Amino acid sequence: MTTIVLLTLLYLQISPPKDVRVFDTPNDAGGSITITWESSPDAEGYRILRMALPDSVYTPVDWVDAATKRYVDKVEDGVKYRYIIRTERGSAYADSEPTDEVWSHGNVFHRGRTNVLIGVAVYTTLLLSFIYFAKRGKKLFVRKIAGLDAVDEAIGRATEMGKPVLYIPGLSTISDVATLASLNILGRIARKAAVHGTRVIVPNRNPIVMPVCQEIVREACLDVGRPDVYREDDIFYITFSQFGYTAAVDGIMLREKPAANFFLGMFWAESLILAETGASTGAIQIAGTDAIHQLPFFITACDYTLIGEELYAASAYLSREPLSLGSLKGQDWTKLIIGGLIVAGVILVSFGSDWFLGLFSS
Amino acid sequence: MRRQLPLAICFVMGVSMVVQFFIPHRVSQEFYRTILDWYRIVFAFSLVLGTGTLIKVHWAKISKKSKGWQYSIITIGGLVFMLAVGFITGIQEGTLFMKIFEYVEVPLEATMFSLLAFYIASAAYRAFRARTVEATLLLIAAVVLMLGRIPFGYYLWHKIPGIAEWILTNPNMAAKRGIVIGVGLGMISTALKIILGIERSYIGGGK
Repeated sequence: MTTIVLLTLLYLQISPPKDVRVFDTPNDAGGSITITWESSPDAEGYRILRMALPDSVYTPVDWVDAATKRYVDKVEDGVKYRYIIRTERGSAYADSEPTDEVWSHGNVFHRGRTNVLIGVAVYTTLLLSFIYFAKRGKKLFVRKIAGLDAVDEAIGRATEMGKPVLYIPGLSTISDVATLASLNILGRIARKAAVHGTRVIVPNRNPIVMPVCQEIVREACLDVGRPDVYREDDIFYITFSQFGYTAAVDGIMLREKPAANFFLGMFWAESLILAETGASTGAIQIAGTDAIHQLPFFITACDYTLIGEELYAASAYLSREPLSLGSLKGQDWTKLIIGGLIVAGVILVSFGSDWFLGLFSS
Repeated sequence: MRRQLPLAICFVMGVSMVVQFFIPHRVSQEFYRTILDWYRIVFAFSLVLGTGTLIKVHWAKISKKSKGWQYSIITIGGLVFMLAVGFITGIQEGTLFMKIFEYVEVPLEATMFSLLAFYIASAAYRAFRARTVEATLLLIAAVVLMLGRIPFGYYLWHKIPGIAEWILTNPNMAAKRGIVIGVGLGMISTALKIILGIERSYIGGGK
């Protein structure tokens, strides 16, 4: 009988999880503690037990399955805790040693983003250096961008024909950098159009972008001394509906027959519908977007297309302001550095060295 | 002052958002959430502003009997009708408002979207004319890709789907990544120029 009891006890004896570690969850806003452990071969699952000091009783927090080796517990900042991880199998269980005291707090720096910070710092330094050189009068070469050279031609054509210019600032929100770049270009184009007294029609899909467009065109007209050219009704909101907006703009193109269409900003599936309709009216079309999937459509249906970064370079290119041109040179040098890093990465990884990749992971 | 103040606000907010990105602390997260809340509030008010301009523009067209003024009646009529239905029946599932949305608005949008197929056909015809070396390469790549995506391509030659996949994952991906790197740098550069006040054409500054 004694032998049977001993054998049963031996059978029921299970091992606790090993190497239980607790630490404040890194790179978070606080309020959480992470617990990790080495799994026990006997576990059907683990129960997480927590004791908030100065209490002396462990209370169950959660139960996790046998495959789990990591648990993030939501706690109160500044309170000290101890944990026990309990291996459970049927009614049998085995507790780990209680952990050291641990408490959570909010982190003031996201260490996983150190590489991003370094990258941004290097890039910013390069940009500011080139802007500084440009400010001191250093001549900077910028390659020709055909699409931007054609802006004058497009506005001139509209002026000669007595027809308006249609400007679509993309369909995205004001927080999209492509929209901001487009608004910068709108300022330049509105200025040139105002000099010639040409109307600029700007239909908007986003109600926040609309008043910004109105202000940009109004300021451009004022700046060149032509406030009479500004017509608030030409810059209006249509609808937030993507294809409702597309249908309305198509209608404007067919009724007003603008001599020049600008599609600059962020576009989605409507890009080809807009550009093809514009092409059918015989307008000069200049498009630019950073949406890679829409670029082939614009390239096919428009006379000129600004590809990706050219959209961001457009404002500097049109204004020829040394400060803005300096930033373009900074971009070019950064691309050179990135190219060098890619080549170095390819060589190092090909020879089996992975530490270089680690520099770029979070 | 009229120009300095927006530039100062832009600088402070721009720098704050950059710093916020690197700080996971609760205070920083709370600040970010507050900004997002403000954005939503501004968006809601701007919708009223936008709808106001919509009515103003179309009302002017109707009163002046401008070209196509009849369409303006439909626009304003539709807007007023949907507003009225929304207020009277509510906008929950099964209400008249939602039925109009599901059975009128959605099919209309789908119709516009489906027009894309015809536009793609005409655009493809123009793009794939083999008039230059580059256009010929594009044509060949396009034919291989289209064949690689259908069973007939495999039937013609079992390696065509593999070649199509290679075109997508190698030369195509390389070009895409090149553009993406340029776009990323352009974004940071534009943001930096706006934050530092170098780019100020959005407030009517610059040449």
